[in-house]
Amino acid sequence: MTMTTPLADHSAPVHRNGPRNKAAVANRRRLSTAHAAMYLLLTALALLWIFPLLWALYNSFRDYDYVLTHGYLSVGGFTLSNYTESWEVGGIPHYFLNSMLITIPAVLLILFIGSMAAFVLARFPWKFNVIMLAVFIAGNLLPQQTLLTPLFRLYNAIPLPYWMSSSGSLYDSYWGLILVHVAFQTGFCVFVLSNYMKTVPPELLEAATVDGAGLFRQYWQVVLPLCRPALAALATLMITWIYNDFFWALALMVSGDKLPVTTALQNLQGSFFTDTNLLAAGSVLVALPTVLVFVALQRHFVSGLTMGANK
Amino acid sequence: MTSTVPPQTGTETRTPAPKIRRSRSDRWTIAVMLGLPAAIVMGLVWIPTVFTVILSFARWDGIGGTSTIEWIGTQNYVDAVQAYPPFQQALHNNVLWLAFLFVFPTILGIFLAVLLDRGLKGSRLYQSIFYIPVVLSMALVGFVWQLIYSTDGGVLNTILGTDVDWLGNPDVNIWAVMVAASWRHTGYIMLLYLAGLKAIDPSVREAALMDGAGPVRTFFRIVFPLMKPTNLLIIVITVIEALRAFDLVWVINKGRNGLELISALVTANVVGEAGRVGFGSALATIMLVISLVFIALYLWIVMRSDD
Repeated sequence: MTMTTPLADHSAPVHRNGPRNKAAVANRRRLSTAHAAMYLLLTALALLWIFPLLWALYNSFRDYDYVLTHGYLSVGGFTLSNYTESWEVGGIPHYFLNSMLITIPAVLLILFIGSMAAFVLARFPWKFNVIMLAVFIAGNLLPQQTLLTPLFRLYNAIPLPYWMSSSGSLYDSYWGLILVHVAFQTGFCVFVLSNYMKTVPPELLEAATVDGAGLFRQYWQVVLPLCRPALAALATLMITWIYNDFFWALALMVSGDKLPVTTALQNLQGSFFTDTNLLAAGSVLVALPTVLVFVALQRHFVSGLTMGANK
Repeated sequence: MTSTVPPQTGTETRTPAPKIRRSRSDRWTIAVMLGLPAAIVMGLVWIPTVFTVILSFARWDGIGGTSTIEWIGTQNYVDAVQAYPPFQQALHNNVLWLAFLFVFPTILGIFLAVLLDRGLKGSRLYQSIFYIPVVLSMALVGFVWQLIYSTDGGVLNTILGTDVDWLGNPDVNIWAVMVAASWRHTGYIMLLYLAGLKAIDPSVREAALMDGAGPVRTFFRIVFPLMKPTNLLIIVITVIEALRAFDLVWVINKGRNGLELISALVTANVVGEAGRVGFGSALATIMLVISLVFIALYLWIVMRSDD
C-alpha cells in the first residue's frame, strides 16, 4: 500500500532549499484539503452504495402490516416472522440443499478437469495449444442463450435411470445442471491455471521424471499442490458463480422443488407477491452464503477475479 | 500473467519442456487429461452452438421429431428484422444498456479505483463496500432493487413524493433497471482497474509528480496510457456483459413491456409458450455473431504475450 502514500513525503527530501520548501508546505496544505474532500466523496458514495442492502436488511425485520399503515420510512414494527415464514413456508432450507447438491460437485469437477487440461497445455507447448485455449476460454464467454435450444433437446434425449433422475432424462435433473456448469466454467479454470502452471519451474518436473514419476503423478503430486493459491481463488469464484446461477436452472429444470435457491426465490416472489418484507427476508437469506464466502475469503475472491484478467 | 506470482520464485524465462521420450502410458494420460475436458466443452458448448446456427434456418415448433423441421433459408432473419417489433426494441435496449454501462459504472469504477489506490486509511473497507454487490446474483439484485422501485412504499417514490411505476412503465423501467445493473458492475470495474494500477511501476508516477505534474495530469498523460491492456479488457468485458444481460429483466417482467433484451427474446421464444425454435435460434445466432467479435478481441488481448 505504500506506493502511492502521501505525495508530499516523496517531494520533501528532494527539494531542500528554502523557497521550494515553502511551496512544499503549501502543497501539503492543499493536499490535506484534497484528502478531506476525497474522504467526503468516498463516504457519501459508499453510503449510497450500501443503502439498497441495508434497506433490504432493515425491512426484512419489519412487519408488513405495520409498514402498510405507517409507511416504509417509519421506524418500528420489528419482527422475526419474515424469516421464520420464508424459512418454513418458503422452504428455503430445502432450496439451499438443492443449491449445495449442484454447487459442490460442480466446483470440484471443474477444478479437477480444468486443472488436468491446464497441466497438459502448460507442460507441452504445442502449436495447437493456442487453439485449444481459445476453445476453452471462448466457451466461457458465450452468451448462454446461444446454445440453449440444442442443449434443451439433447438433455431431453439423454436417458438417465430413475434412481438418478426422477424425470428419466438429463433434463430436469441435478446431473444436467452440474454438467452444464462444468462445461461452461471449465474454460475459465483452464485459462487461469495454465497461466499459473507455466510459472512452475520445469526443473521440478524434470526431477520428478527422472525419479520415475508418470505424467499423472507429476500433475497430482508436484504441480497441483503448488497451485493451491490459484485453486483456492478459483474455488471461491466458482462457488459464487454457480450458486448465483439463475438462467440454467430456469431453462433446464421444470420441477419447482428441484430448483436451486436463487431461482426458487422467484417462486417466493410469485406466491407472496404483495409482501415485500417477506421477499426482503428471502433475499437476505439467499445472499447470506455468498456474502459470507466473500467476507471469509475476500483475498481469494479478489485475486481470482483479477487473475485471469490482468497482464 | 504477472498477477499470479510463481509459488517458487522460479526463473522467469520459460524453458521448453525437457525432450524425454514419452512412454505409451504417458501418451494415454495426455489424451485423457486433455481429451476429457475438451470433449465436455465441445459436446455441451460448441456443438450445441453450431446446431443453433443450423436451426436458425428452419421453422420448427420443437415439439415434433426432427422430421417436422422445415428448412426456410434466411426467412427467420428477415422476419426478425422486418416483422418482429420486439427485436428492434431489444436491439435498441441492448445498445442503450451498453452505452449506459460505459458512461456510468465504467467511469465511476475507474474513478473509485484511482481514489482508493492512493492508500487512504480505511481503503479496504471502502473497497469491500463497493464490490459487495459483485458477489450477489443478478436475480437477487433485481429483488433487492424492487424494494427501492416498488410503486407503493418504494423508497424512491416515498422520497421524491411521486408515484412513478419505475418497473412497470415502459418509458422509464429500462433506466431503472440499468441503474441496478450498474450498481453491480461498478465494483467489478473498480476491482479490475485497481489490479491494473497495482501493476504499474510506482516510480513512473513518482517521476511524473517530481516533474511537477499534478495528479490529474499524471493520470491522463502517464497512467491511463500505460493501462492500455486493462482499458481494452474493460471495454470487451463491458460489451460482453451488456450482451449477456438477462437475469435482471427476467425477474422483473420476463423481458417484456419495455425491458426487451435479445437474450430474453431468445429465452421466451425457445422455452416459453411460443415454441418458435427456429426463430429463437436466429436471434441467438445474431447474438453469437456479435459476441464472437468481442470474444476474439478478448482472446487477442489475453493471449498476445503468450507467443
